Amino acid sequence: MEMRQVLNAGLKQLMAENENIVLLEADLGKANGTWDIRESYPSRVFEAGIAEQHMVSMAAGMASYGLIPFCGTFTPFATRRACDQIAVSVCYARMNVKIIGTDEGIAAEVNGATHMSFEDISVVRAIPNLLIFSPADNEELRQALPELAAYDGPVYLRMQRKVIPDIHTENYKFDLFKVDTVKDGSDVSIFCMGGILPTEVMKAVDILAAEGIDAAFINVHTLKPLDEAGVLASLEKTGCAVTCDNHNILGGLGSAIAELTAKKAPVPVEMIGVQDRFGEVGYMPYLKKTLHMTAEDIAAAARRAVARKAKK
Amino acid sequence: MDERREFLEKKAQRIRYLTIDCIASLGVGHVGGALSIAEVLAVLYSGAMRVDPKVPKLEGRDRLVLSKGHAGPALYAALANEGYFPLEELHTLNQPGTHLPSHADMRLTTGVDMTAGSLGQGFSCAVGIAAASKLKGDGATIFTLIGDGESEEGTIWEAGMSAAHYRLDNLIAFTDYNKYQIDGTVQEVGGLTGLADKWRAFGWTVLSVDGHDVIDIENAVNFAKKQRNCGKPIMVILDTVKGKGVAYAEQLKAGSHNFTIDSALREQILEELR
Repeated sequence: MEMRQVLNAGLKQLMAENENIVLLEADLGKANGTWDIRESYPSRVFEAGIAEQHMVSMAAGMASYGLIPFCGTFTPFATRRACDQIAVSVCYARMNVKIIGTDEGIAAEVNGATHMSFEDISVVRAIPNLLIFSPADNEELRQALPELAAYDGPVYLRMQRKVIPDIHTENYKFDLFKVDTVKDGSDVSIFCMGGILPTEVMKAVDILAAEGIDAAFINVHTLKPLDEAGVLASLEKTGCAVTCDNHNILGGLGSAIAELTAKKAPVPVEMIGVQDRFGEVGYMPYLKKTLHMTAEDIAAAARRAVARKAKK
Repeated sequence: MDERREFLEKKAQRIRYLTIDCIASLGVGHVGGALSIAEVLAVLYSGAMRVDPKVPKLEGRDRLVLSKGHAGPALYAALANEGYFPLEELHTLNQPGTHLPSHADMRLTTGVDMTAGSLGQGFSCAVGIAAASKLKGDGATIFTLIGDGESEEGTIWEAGMSAAHYRLDNLIAFTDYNKYQIDGTVQEVGGLTGLADKWRAFGWTVLSVDGHDVIDIENAVNFAKKQRNCGKPIMVILDTVKGKGVAYAEQLKAGSHNFTIDSALREQILEELR
């Protein structure tokens, strides 16, 4: 199923339950699968036009009036473009605005470098008061949307919009503030965020298992505030980490984990992610290969982490 | 009319006095663009806005977004004068832990409806507030005050297009057209000309008034309020003088944007405003 279908259904459900929830678009409603919501709620969907900065501040004004605005666009425009508006109108003023960025990282595919945000998390992670969330699969988003709406504060939701494989089992129970242990392990902790790399992590876990390395797969859906206890609990068992960013390695999940471990429990950390370069046009398999984000890359990083741990 | 004029002019003069008293307590601040909006603030807080200083968060009240947030001290002077907080607090401007920072802050100051400071953003917020008020159907009027220099920000025009698109006739905006910004005149620095034509082209009803004539401003507000249900937002361009009412500030022109006020200058200016 496409993730935007889950977003559409979730937003409609929330809008049915709470008349204060409104949706703002910047001419990407059709791309984000949210366009038809205006047919159900014509007075509660606002089209800002191709004007993301205005959209974000407009949403902040609406939030000051007691509304709960969700505003959607692609990740680079939601963050790079509207960064100052997120910082001042939304986060500094502590406005209850939910910013949705779709086409996370390499998911922008053939839209290429201009639309391929490898810096969006870095850009907003240093802004106080902002919750940063990125779901690994559809079920996670389905369960998260009501919690994000109920959370009284600014949110950045970074997500895929197209088809995405299931990671979680039927019994999955989402907690916004806790990491998920998708698979427990004792030799290395593989941390991942978002919907693009989990399948590679799962394959890497299998590759490593065949070599006798017992890898844990920890899904960090909420980067900020980071579930420090959950991360450290896994590292206490394994003693080393691999971080998987569909993003520049500067300022993303890898940075967050490295900052935490440096402060609280130093362990070897290997980082999978974009090595400080811009994107390019291409489809996902090509981009994963070119940017060294494949299961083999992750397994190799895990081997390095385990080897570094052994040397200590 | 003469009585009304006298009442409003006295209030504007009082706002000027308190603004200088506020900024001089620190010794430096954004003087010029604060002094140029004294009259419009006097009008807004004399019945034009449906607000109650005793219930600052009153549901359905009219709102003011000071998008040119650096004129905070003038707004603080107007609010303190209305009793939103004690006059003595004006002497805490930018002191550690103050409720009165340089730029207007809704989380710190009683009576401030929206945080602003990074130019252009407050105007978009005001558009959002006006849309929200329409959605709630509470009948509020949303006022916002932008600078002419601020109008060089692209988002002003994004928001302007959006307000007209959503037919926000509950939105009354003012431009403080004082012709100066930090680096010179608005024409020299940003090529800003033809404001009235620009706003008309963006689908707004435009009024141009003497921004230091309290009766002209009040008449403009009354006219603007009668435009409700006409489907167009209203822009009132206030022809103003940067640093108005203080001879020393007026002659500084662009330099009045931010300058130092020592104790001797403070006394000189306050004497002039008494």
